[in-house]
Parts: sequence; C-alpha cells; structure tokens
Amino acid sequence: MFYRETGQFKTNYADDMAIFPIRQDRIGLALILAFAFLVVPFVTSDFTLKTIMLPFLALSVAVIGLNILTGYTGLISLGSAGFMGVGAYACYKLTTIFPEVNILIWIFVSGFFAAAVGVFFGLPSLRIKGLYLAVATLAAQFFLQWAFVRIPWLFNYNPSGAIEVPLRTLFGVPITGPTASLEVKYLICLCFVVGMTWLASNLVHGRIGRSWMAVRDMDIAAELMGIKLLNAKLMAFAVSSFYCGVSGALFVFLYLGGAEAGTEFAIRLSFLILFAVIIGGAGSMIGSFLGAGFIVALPTILKFGLPAIGIAITGATAEKIVLMIIGALTIYLLIVEPHGLARIWQIMKQKLRVWPFPY
Amino acid sequence: MMFKKLALGASVAATVLMAGFAAKAQDAINFVHNTYRTGAFSGSGIPVGDGVRDYFAMLNARDGGIGGVRINFEECETAYDTRRSVECYEQGKAKNSVLYVPWSTGATLAAIPRAHIDKIPIFSMGYGLSASAVGEVFPWVFNMPITYWDGANAFIQHVAQQEGGFDKLKGKTIGLLHLDAPFGKEPIPILETLAKQHGFNLKLYPVAPAEMQNQSSVWLSIRRDRTDWVYNQGWGAMNPTAVREAARGGFPVNRLVGVWWAGGDDDARPAGDAAKGYRALNWHQTGANFPVVQDIIKHVVDKGQSLSPKEKVGENLYNRGVYQGILIAEAIRNAQAITGKKVITGEDMRRGFEALNMTEARWAANGAAGFASPVRVTCSDHNSQSAVYVMEWDGKAWKRQSADIQPQKEMVRPLLEEAAKAFATSNAGWPARTEPCQNNS
Repeated sequence: MFYRETGQFKTNYADDMAIFPIRQDRIGLALILAFAFLVVPFVTSDFTLKTIMLPFLALSVAVIGLNILTGYTGLISLGSAGFMGVGAYACYKLTTIFPEVNILIWIFVSGFFAAAVGVFFGLPSLRIKGLYLAVATLAAQFFLQWAFVRIPWLFNYNPSGAIEVPLRTLFGVPITGPTASLEVKYLICLCFVVGMTWLASNLVHGRIGRSWMAVRDMDIAAELMGIKLLNAKLMAFAVSSFYCGVSGALFVFLYLGGAEAGTEFAIRLSFLILFAVIIGGAGSMIGSFLGAGFIVALPTILKFGLPAIGIAITGATAEKIVLMIIGALTIYLLIVEPHGLARIWQIMKQKLRVWPFPY
Repeated sequence: MMFKKLALGASVAATVLMAGFAAKAQDAINFVHNTYRTGAFSGSGIPVGDGVRDYFAMLNARDGGIGGVRINFEECETAYDTRRSVECYEQGKAKNSVLYVPWSTGATLAAIPRAHIDKIPIFSMGYGLSASAVGEVFPWVFNMPITYWDGANAFIQHVAQQEGGFDKLKGKTIGLLHLDAPFGKEPIPILETLAKQHGFNLKLYPVAPAEMQNQSSVWLSIRRDRTDWVYNQGWGAMNPTAVREAARGGFPVNRLVGVWWAGGDDDARPAGDAAKGYRALNWHQTGANFPVVQDIIKHVVDKGQSLSPKEKVGENLYNRGVYQGILIAEAIRNAQAITGKKVITGEDMRRGFEALNMTEARWAANGAAGFASPVRVTCSDHNSQSAVYVMEWDGKAWKRQSADIQPQKEMVRPLLEEAAKAFATSNAGWPARTEPCQNNS
C-alpha cells in the first residue's frame, strides 16, 4: 500500500538508471543510515557493539569483496581469509614503520597490498575455472597462513608471534588500541563500510561491473564482445582482495585489538565468508550484508540470546546447532534459492508492491 | 510467516541488548569461565572444563562457597576461537565476573590490553604471554605456575639427568616437535641458547595446524636425523598422533617428552601398549587419591551433577582443572581477607592473586597435600616459576618418573623482563604500574 512507485515518473535517463529507482527505497536507506550513525552507538550495550556490530561491519567488507569475485565475476576463491591477513599485517607493518601517518590512511592503503597479492594468486584464473580455481586459491590461503607464522619480520620479531594494536589517535581521540571507546571504533568502522559499499555499488553498476558479469555469464561470449578476460578477471581479483585487505585491517585494528593473527585468518574464516556470500546472495550488495549479519549474529544470538529469554541452552550445544544451521541452510539455498536471502528480500518487496491486489 | 519470523528475531535481538544490563546478583561472586567443549581442541578442553566446574560445584555444595559467599560459576563456550573468546570476555564483563580465564593464547593476547581498563584480572595458567610473568609491567595478568621457557629448560635438565650429566649432551641431537603456531614456537629461543651452551644439535620439526593428524613425514625426518630426544610442544589432536607415529617408527617413546599440555590421558591411551613409556612434564599429581578429589566425587559426581564420566575424574587434565580451581579459590580467600569484604570485585581479585602463597601447608589445607609444588606470587613475579616433574605413561595411568626439577630462574627471568619491556615499547602508551603492592608475608 505504501510501498509502490505509483506517481513517481522518470523524466530522464539518469532517473531510469538510478540504483534505487523507488522513492521509498531511498527514504528507507536514509533511515537505516541515520539509525546506524545516530541511534545504534548510543543505545546499544557494549556487549552488542563489541560482539555483533563490530565483527559484522568488519566482515561485511570482506563479504562484499568475495561477492565481487564470486557473485559478480563467477570466480570462486577460498583465499579470502588469507587476503584479510595480508591487509592486517600490512597495516601493522605500515603503522609501526610510519607511526606519524594516521592509522585510517594505513587501513585504506593496506588494501592495496592485499590487492597486489590477490592479483598474483589470481593469475591462474585465466587458465582454470570452477573447482580447480578454488584449489588454486586454497594454495594462496595456505601459503599466506604459513607466511604469517614463519616470517618474523611481519610481526616485528615479537616473541609471542602476535600483532598488537598500538594506540593511535585522530584529532586527539584514541581510535585504536585498548583505550579507544567502542562507540568511536564503531563509527569509524561504519564510515569505512558505507564508503566501501558506495564504491563497490558504483563499480558493479558501471562498465567494469558489466564486464565482470559478462565474464561470469559466459566468458567466451564476453571475449567475443571485446572484453579482455585478462583485465576483467585480474581486476576482479584486485578489487576483491582490496576489500578483503581493508576488512582484515578493520578486523584486527578495530575489532580484535591484537591477536595471534596466524590462527585467526585460517581456512575456517575463508569458508565462513564464502558461506556468507552463498547465504546472503551471490551477486547482490544487500545480500553481502544479510549474509555477514547472519553468520556473525546467529551464533551470538543462539548462545546468549536464548538463555536470556529463558531457553536453557549450553554454549557447546549452541555451537553445534550453529554449525548444523549454517551447513543445512547453505545446501538448502544452493539447491532451492541460489540467490540467497537477497532474493527472498526481493520477492518480499515485489509482493509488497502489488499488495493488497496481487495479479 | 515472514513477519512472524521477523518479530521473533526482533525480540531475540532485544533480549541480547538486555543481557548487557543483567543485574548483579546479591551475595555471590560471579565467575565466567571459558571452556571449549567443541572444536578441534575439545579433546583437551572437556576434561579441563569438567575439573574446574566440578571443583566450584563442590565448594558450593560442601562449604556454601568461599567465605560464606556462593560462587556463581558460569561456563562460556569458545570452541577455541578468538572471536568467540572475545564474546565470552564481553559476557564476563557484563556479568561482573571477577576474573577472566581465557584458555587460549590468542584470547589471552586479545584481552591483555583491556585488563587494566576493565579492571578484570587475567589468569592464563601456564600458557599465554610468557612475558606477563613480569608484574611490574603486567599488574593485571597472572600466568602461574611456570612458563614455556622454563618448561624447555626443565626438559633439557631431564635429558641431562638421564644421559648422566650436562657434559654428555655434547654431540647429541635433540629435536623440538612443535605446532607451527606462536604457542609451538615459544621454546625455540631457550633451546637455541641451551644448545650453544651445552653443544647439542637442535632440530626443529614444525607441524602445521592442518597437518596435526598426519605427521608421517615429520617422523621420517626424525628417524633420518637419528634424533636422540624429542620435546613435544603440542596440543589437542597433535599429541596422540605424535605418540602413535613415534611408536610406529620405532622411536623409543621414553625419549619423547611432552610439554604439560601434551600429557593428557587421552594423548597416550589411543596408541595402546606402544605408548608405554611416553613422558610428559607436569606440575601437579594425577589420580583421585586426594581429599579434594574425593570431596568432588562425594558432593558432585556421585550426585550426578558432573558432566564428566566418573572414571575420568582424577585424570591428568581433569586434575589440572582442579588445580586451577584451587589457586583461584585461594586468591578469592586472600582477597576477602585483605579487603574484609565478602563479595569481592575484579580489583580485589587482583590483590588476592598478588598475595597468593601456596605453601605445602596451604595445599594440605585445601585437601591437596602433596598435590603440587609451592606457588608463590609477588608483585614483581606473577609466575613463580615453580618446579615440574616428569611423569611416564605405564599403559593405564601416569606415574611419576623423576624428582622435582627446578627451572633455572636466573636464566629465564632476564629474558622475561626483556620481552616485557619490548611489549611495553611496541604498545605505545602502555601504562606504568600504579597499582599498590600488596605486601605478602
């Protein structure tokens, strides 16, 4: 009733090609952003900010990254966690070598290091596809994980082998390190996520994104139409790894605040990100957020939310149930709804548009 | 249908928000304890978790808690995953836990910078950051009773005893079989120093986390190198595999010595008779013949309130949980005595730990005479570097094999101080210690 575009006329091409052609969508997005920026940091408890919002925001950048590669370009990768690690270590090295440069710049720049590594490991994608490419990217994952443990220069010869997040400030306010407040960290993470999403959305709706999708749908046809496969595929790897790298830096610097990163960026995380893409919806921006939210929030809600409303469930049981739900849902969605939660969301919107008189 | 789901989701989310405001329970000491009953390391996590849980359940049942106050003990499942551990840390903070027990090195490292801000002390018992033994730099972190560096040192002392003196080490080949992760690599610098000092060859045999259960190539190298002794710095599924592979390759298992985390009953048992003679370091006794363990059986296990099968009560890792429970209970008692309060806070708990002095008499008073060597914490020494001994698997149970081995404090302590200093400098803005020193006499 309220959600329909009756009366909203498009009078020029720009309107017609807008990402959000319906006014209600634009208002909705503005409301969500206002809520995220102005309400969430001030009303949610520290527990929710730290255990749900921060990992959700940090990981959603990586999920967008993998979605660009897998959802938009059709290249499967199991190395996302490794590329996240590259970002985290690059950021650590940069900020310890040049402490006077603001950490926010380094978080962004560390993405370029991940992109370079991603391009290198993306080279085989020109020759191999599907399962074989997945195996090749798996090599990247294992190599990078090995490097994080074995190259002591990466963690400044720290005897504990971990990277520790030093105190860094912006205009005198601590933004990383133990004294930074959660609200500040959350807002910074949110700014990164909004900026990176805007960038990704413009990329996939523009010429580059169209060439990716052409490659995904049929690479020979794309080549015949004049798309250079080398450029398109490597570009996808570069952009995807860039996103993973920034996500990794956010993950360690704003969320974990120092960890044994060699074990944190393990194959398990790569799979989780891939599942987030599948569950959320391959080839969809909103799907990336739905997937990341699902993967991050489900275990926490099961483990702490259910006991809080009186359903007794032990942590160990909750962990096992999470594994079962994510596994079952991944298989179910792959078979029944390959476009994931994003497609379900779209169907809902379509139903709303014609409600209450469906035809 | 969809709306129903959404509504349910919203209500669940709302309760998660509310969980942050959980009211402080009256007259109870809250203690949220990390465990990992799932995941790749659950084989070691379950017995430890059972030991701690049962110990506090026993205190509540037998004495009504500590100093007349019940211990509100709660488990938080981490699956040995840093992200879950962060959740558990926040959960502990929200519930006013007096102590954070990370049970994973990654989780310890993530929590250390927060401890002095949230005023929750951290107790990482024999793992975590070795340098946190230096109380001047880490007033909020405790890692009794021994560090990995002391462990490697004790292992070399044991080898020297067996070979007939330190001079016999010359020309011997000693291997370090280790998990290829920061935890596994900890002993390397100490072993390198000792190798130079005593003239033995040190060989490193890293095992990648993904290869924990497939060590045939590593053991092939050990055979090729004619390694005389192997020190196993492993955890979880890596240990039973190492014992099995050693036995299969004809390596004398009594020359394979595990760190204290490689001494679970289930690490040795799967290899059957071949594991007879496998050795491991330990800092407490095994078995159920201690009054404290008997009390646990009487008050908890026999009443069906334990998650552990009865035959596993008293096994090595179960007793390690009990050991940790005793130290924590003693620290709570100290904190109550120091502050005169019954319900203590995290800050009081820190003072209680700093006054910890587990003499033989105190062990006996806790129903554990002869259970473990004395542990003494001071303001500057948060580790105590207590004695360890070597135990040997006889096919059914662990038996003491050596006398107590005292770690060489004068060798390890300067290295600890150096590492602590390096940590403080690399973490710009690390606060100088302002916490007053509790005089323990």
